[in-house]
Amino acid sequence: MSDQHDAVARAGMAWMEPAGEESDIVLSTRIRLARNLQGLPFSGQAPPALRTEVLARVRASASSVDGLDGLTILELDVLPVHQQRLLLERRVVSRELVGEVPLAGDSALEGTALGTAAAVLLADDPFISVMVNEEDHLRLQVMRPGFDLREAWNRMDLLDEALGSHLPYAYHPEFGFLTSCPTNVGTGLRASVLMHLPALVLTKEMNRVLRGLTEMGLTCRGLYGEGSDVIGNFFQVSNQTTIGRTEEALVDHLDQVARQVIQFERDARETLLREAGDVTADKVWRAYGLLRYARALSFEEMMNLLSAVRLGSALKLIQGVRVYSLNRIMTCAQPGHLEDAAGRSLDSGERERHRASLVRSILRSDGAPD
Amino acid sequence: MNCDSCGGHEAVVHLTEVVDNEARTVHLCAECAESRGLQASGTPTQALLAGMLSQLSTGSGGNLDTMAALGGLVGPSGASPCSFCGLTLTRFRKTGRLGCSQCWTSFEPQLRTLLGRVQGASQHVGKVYLPPDPSASELQKQLEVMRGKLQRAIDTEDFERAAELRDRIRAIRGEMLNVEESP
Repeated sequence: MSDQHDAVARAGMAWMEPAGEESDIVLSTRIRLARNLQGLPFSGQAPPALRTEVLARVRASASSVDGLDGLTILELDVLPVHQQRLLLERRVVSRELVGEVPLAGDSALEGTALGTAAAVLLADDPFISVMVNEEDHLRLQVMRPGFDLREAWNRMDLLDEALGSHLPYAYHPEFGFLTSCPTNVGTGLRASVLMHLPALVLTKEMNRVLRGLTEMGLTCRGLYGEGSDVIGNFFQVSNQTTIGRTEEALVDHLDQVARQVIQFERDARETLLREAGDVTADKVWRAYGLLRYARALSFEEMMNLLSAVRLGSALKLIQGVRVYSLNRIMTCAQPGHLEDAAGRSLDSGERERHRASLVRSILRSDGAPD
Repeated sequence: MNCDSCGGHEAVVHLTEVVDNEARTVHLCAECAESRGLQASGTPTQALLAGMLSQLSTGSGGNLDTMAALGGLVGPSGASPCSFCGLTLTRFRKTGRLGCSQCWTSFEPQLRTLLGRVQGASQHVGKVYLPPDPSASELQKQLEVMRGKLQRAIDTEDFERAAELRDRIRAIRGEMLNVEESP
């Protein structure tokens, strides 16, 4: 049980220390592969007994898979709801896996409809996780801090080869790796880069960039993936198609286009500094002041203020605020995390007060900026 | 194009009906479509498919109809249900999800068409997968995996990786020879 507790505590936290390329713009890189086992109906359509069978087969093999050393299998239906929520907020598990759960911002989390034998595999490697019995039998996930698509793919490739050499995957010579939804078939690969693009938004260039991304066959979503709003100027850019190109080609294409977007953001930041440096500095410091002293903060307000401070920190308009602290706030000031820290459920007013208190204490620990 | 019913909003559903052997297309906005029991994009998948369709079609102004795309999958007589899980094409049209890997064989021609429209391709060119062979040795398995990777590296002209993989293949072969020679 304590292993399980430790596993939940660590899961999805390793990306926060800014590392890797372009970490002033790209927070994290993720790749996931959708895989299904031969001979069993897809999880979304399978009766409970067969979903249990999927998990049993995974359980029988996973401990001998290279790359899953220190394996912990978390079965979500025996995990307390607040821990499920932590995993969800850290994007270790998806909404699809834990059931219909309102997530963004301050919405209360009620009434999950968890499927039988929904589980997530965690390992010593903090960047790896595998969801079991999501829409597909397996969703392999690799996350990296910063902009690190190549390394994410190399690690994913190894994990996939290792799992696939123990568990026979459903595969078709024409359609590739078979999935429940035709939008995932072929490679089963979805690579995404979480970018902070405040200057493109402020200079009103973002819509043009979004159109460009669409033309390049990429898709852009909010922080929490499909259907989520853009909040705090965070954009998740990912590949749209999954078949007709090799995994490497899909990853390289995203890599190249993301590099262009990063360059556009850098140019826009320079324009901001050149043409509105004083106004930008004022905005950054006011945001810091609010975060540092406010007594109640909604999630959305906090995210917008954090965005300004993050930009100010990258432009050296404010120094001494650690990016790690900003990342930690983003994660730990989400509703489920606040309730977990408080050890009880909180109404929305209490959450706003607890959030402001957490933000103050984290920023205070960095000392006074200049 | 405006809605045929209210004339006010942009038409997003284009419903083709056959009445007295004559095809007639009605263009409806989301509200009027819903009042007639039709939905432009019910599930997230359908919305996604609609998004992809509109993005893949150049010059159509994103006006392609999801229901038509998915609806086009069902021929006049429909196809037989999947022999393994019993899923019908009508059900797939509603949910956007297939029931099992056999569905991909049961509805192969329809899915090929759908992939062509939605993803722009239906031929997988990525990793070639060989299911685990219980009789193969670990080294043989590794060798097969490396050979597949080498081929892909060559195909994508990633020569640096190809050279690296060639070295690893040589090392595995050497190891296999050692195993064979050892008494």
